[in-house]
Amino acid sequence: MTATFSKKSPAPAPAAAGGPRESRRRGDAGGRRMAALLLSPTLLVLALVVGYPVLAGLRESLYVRGEGLDADGFVVEGDRFAGLGNYTAIFSGDRASAFWNAFGNTTFFTLTTVVLETLIGVGMALIMHQAFRGRALVRASILVPWAIPTAISGLLWRWIFQADGAANAVIRQQVLWTADGWPAKFAVVIAEVWKTSPFIGLLVLAGLQMIPREVNEAARVDGASALQRFWWITLPLVKPALLVAVLFRMMDVLRMFDLPAVLIGVNQRSVETLTMIAWFEASNLRYGSAAAYATILFGYIALIAYLFVKILGADIIGDARAATRQRKTERRKKATP
Amino acid sequence: MRRIPLIGALTGTVVALSLTACGGGDGGTAKSGAQAGALEGRGPITFVTGKDRSGYLQKQVDGWNAGHANEQVRVIELPDEPNDQRQQMIQNATTKSDAYAVLNLDVVWTAEFAANRWLVPLPKDQVGLDAMLPATVATGQYRDKLYAVPSTSDAGMLYYRKDLLDKAGVAAPPKTYAEMWAACDKVGKLPEGKGVDCFFTEVNKTESLTISAVEAIESAGGTIIGADGRPTVNTPEARKGVEFLAGAQKDGRMPKAAVTLDTEGGRRHFQSGKLLFQRQWPYQYGLAEKDDGSSKVAGKFAVAPLPGPNGPGASNLGGHNLAVSAFAKNKASALDFIKYLTGAESQKANLLATSQAPTNAALYDDPEMVKKFPYLPVLKQAIGSAKPRPVVVKYGDVTAAIQGSMYDAVQGRTPVDQALADLQGKLGPLTTQ
Amino acid sequence: MNRRVLTYAGVAAVAVYCLAPFYWMVVSAFRRPQDQFSNAPVPAPFSVENFTAVFSGDNGFGRALLNSVVVAGITTALTLVIGVFTAYALARLTFRFKNLVLGLVIGTTMFPGISQLVPLLKLFTGIGWINTYQAMVVPSLGFALPLSVWLLTAFFRQLPFELEQAAMVDGCTRGQAFRKVIVPLAAPGVFTTAILTFIAAWNEFLIALSMVNRKEMQTATVAISKFTGVSGFDQPFGTQMAAGVIVTVPLIIVVLVFQRRIVAGLTAGGVK
Repeated sequence: MTATFSKKSPAPAPAAAGGPRESRRRGDAGGRRMAALLLSPTLLVLALVVGYPVLAGLRESLYVRGEGLDADGFVVEGDRFAGLGNYTAIFSGDRASAFWNAFGNTTFFTLTTVVLETLIGVGMALIMHQAFRGRALVRASILVPWAIPTAISGLLWRWIFQADGAANAVIRQQVLWTADGWPAKFAVVIAEVWKTSPFIGLLVLAGLQMIPREVNEAARVDGASALQRFWWITLPLVKPALLVAVLFRMMDVLRMFDLPAVLIGVNQRSVETLTMIAWFEASNLRYGSAAAYATILFGYIALIAYLFVKILGADIIGDARAATRQRKTERRKKATP
Repeated sequence: MRRIPLIGALTGTVVALSLTACGGGDGGTAKSGAQAGALEGRGPITFVTGKDRSGYLQKQVDGWNAGHANEQVRVIELPDEPNDQRQQMIQNATTKSDAYAVLNLDVVWTAEFAANRWLVPLPKDQVGLDAMLPATVATGQYRDKLYAVPSTSDAGMLYYRKDLLDKAGVAAPPKTYAEMWAACDKVGKLPEGKGVDCFFTEVNKTESLTISAVEAIESAGGTIIGADGRPTVNTPEARKGVEFLAGAQKDGRMPKAAVTLDTEGGRRHFQSGKLLFQRQWPYQYGLAEKDDGSSKVAGKFAVAPLPGPNGPGASNLGGHNLAVSAFAKNKASALDFIKYLTGAESQKANLLATSQAPTNAALYDDPEMVKKFPYLPVLKQAIGSAKPRPVVVKYGDVTAAIQGSMYDAVQGRTPVDQALADLQGKLGPLTTQ
Repeated sequence: MNRRVLTYAGVAAVAVYCLAPFYWMVVSAFRRPQDQFSNAPVPAPFSVENFTAVFSGDNGFGRALLNSVVVAGITTALTLVIGVFTAYALARLTFRFKNLVLGLVIGTTMFPGISQLVPLLKLFTGIGWINTYQAMVVPSLGFALPLSVWLLTAFFRQLPFELEQAAMVDGCTRGQAFRKVIVPLAAPGVFTTAILTFIAAWNEFLIALSMVNRKEMQTATVAISKFTGVSGFDQPFGTQMAAGVIVTVPLIIVVLVFQRRIVAGLTAGGVK
């Protein structure tokens, strides 16, 4: 990989060789080729590691295998094309209620944790951005929740939420957090928000640090209040990083599995997510059905991501072309006089 | 089964997708392990097992390796969590990899692994089954063929606070539920009995609940799956069994927090001195006897067989069996290695080093062993009358269904008869075939 | 003055929020194994027994840590190099299908992240990659790239284009302008991306478990999953917490050290 890279990295140079103005013209012409060069390693890796297996999964979701036993008690071999059978089965009978329950849980977890994480994360970033002694230390310490492997932090929280654990000792009540029920949902939300707020905090902080100091100072000179400066200057400037962080968090929570599994357990109605059902199906050798759940989940995530980007994310995708166009016009404007 | 499958998660979907990944080629070589099951081939093999707990396994393997220069065994350790172990083994079988040779299987996996042709049938007359407890041998069989040789066993026993019973004037441990409740009432009147919960068996929604439910139902004379492989849970006996659990929870005989206590939580509760009777595995015995301050009940408790409604109850079987992967290369070496590990000598050494219950019957009567492990006679009795969990190919689905219905019944969310009727309905399609 | 107090109060709140549960982990790790059920806020008596247990002979934990460093280190370096170039193209170059590329990249993170394992297992078995580092690095690279590419793109785009332009007017080539202006200015973003990638690779478990069956090659998370009590039921909670502390704290120290060095170094090296 590295070898390929060293070959590619000088690529930008010749394009720009003729000075800025020429480079712009040639950049547009050669832009596609250079872009292809720069993009191909990423696309290659993703095609290998993700693309191919996903396509295989789509195919799998149309088949059923291992149905029934033969006379000697062996599972019948071979697979059978089932069309959309695996998909329709998800929405019929008992399984429909399990699906909608998991769908509800997944959505509930996504809404609550992402909102809380964003608020807490942005708050953290704003505080950390202040100048104070020992800033580096505190900044490193907010990484702790994110850095602990989920399996371990799940165990930690399971221990804390036990009937006679630290959480109940602190609130002086016996809440049965880890039993199947509403408290379990809150336990998951608490642990998840704790673990992932630093992720948002860290990224927003990075965005804050990249804002030129002059911008804020100019606003202060103009008499803008702290709140005004945050809302009108800081927030728009960190918006791209914040939106990307929130978007990826959303997609992660929508696929959540290991935290509820370790903290509460599998097959618990109150915390079962869609990925957990897919897992259950696959671990009982119904691969086609598992792939169908995964595909439906993909559809749901894609829809949410699309809406998110459409509604909020002009800065992420939608604007990419517009921004470039705008920049070009600006440049042209600057160039003409 | 205390902790949760982490990997399982991931693997699941994965395995799913994988199947197609290699294209349509299902035909070819590994048509079926069961038929290609000749135990041939000698050479190096692997032994796939959850991590060894005592550091003793490697010594046993070294002992084998010293005498078998051309059939060296390499240990592949899997995660500690049983579901993760199963997942890795299934993944290996799904990719038809020869990386795994000898598999250390939980007793409830036998049917699934055998029916999927992932195991080779073993010769019943060559593996020393006569020396083993019959109940354990049954767990290695599927449709009358032997697929796995029992290596360790396990069964629930009733732990009780002998000191408190003595004080309350109860001479012998209870044989029936009624006797148990009566003893609780007597102890409750003692000053020492304040704040001591009466009884605990695991009812959190895990495999442990299946075990508790099966024990309660079998103790009342019911069954979950009948001899013909059809579900039989909608019976008066089964109802009686489940009503015992639901009643104990409702009447406060079991602590309110019972629903959150896993196996280790139960041990913690017992060791804190706040529990009079407890259904628990043998592993707790040595730990609760420790005098390092971790147990407040050291020297104050004893064990007995589980009680039932009208007399001794039926325990449930745990333990592990050794099997040969259908995709292994050197199956003859693998079989020899299994014989070595399950032989009387290895089992004795293993019991001494790890205190895991052996399958070799004679060890339970060996005075030297009984001196070291005083619970062995009780355990032998428990294993002797123990019943297996349902032997079904779709065990994962069956146990999930049992857990779902039993949880609601025990917690009083659905009436017992309705829960059992539901369960009967759910188990039907899972066991037809 | 007031503002000072407020800042410190906020900082304290943040620190407590992030560290209180971690404190519990540390406390649990320093209890004696027989005290593991205790709820006392300070371990008494204090014991490092759990830590010695983590490194006890047959766990191979030291070696596992080293493997984790190698795998996560290589993954991070490759992700950054590949990600920076891709993000540059997405942020600064004009070409068609840009949205499609961004969509494809993010689309790969929308499947339950596990769907990749068995096909990869088959593939890597076929080409003899089982028990190698690359079998763990390449998949981790695939998992880390989407987030890195999107983040870096966002960070690069956050920087005004004029800065680069000015540098190019000053005679820099596009490549130089990128290296000397954009990268230093985006240093906090690049560095944060690196940390996140490293942590993700460091904590990766499933691939590492499945691709490796030799103890010498296993990573720390895999080694932890194999910790065990003395019987099949007792949970080695103390040892697991100790291992958690051991895999987390070095990460924090490295971040602490590098944070200053790297960010300062990169910024100082910039033209502007």
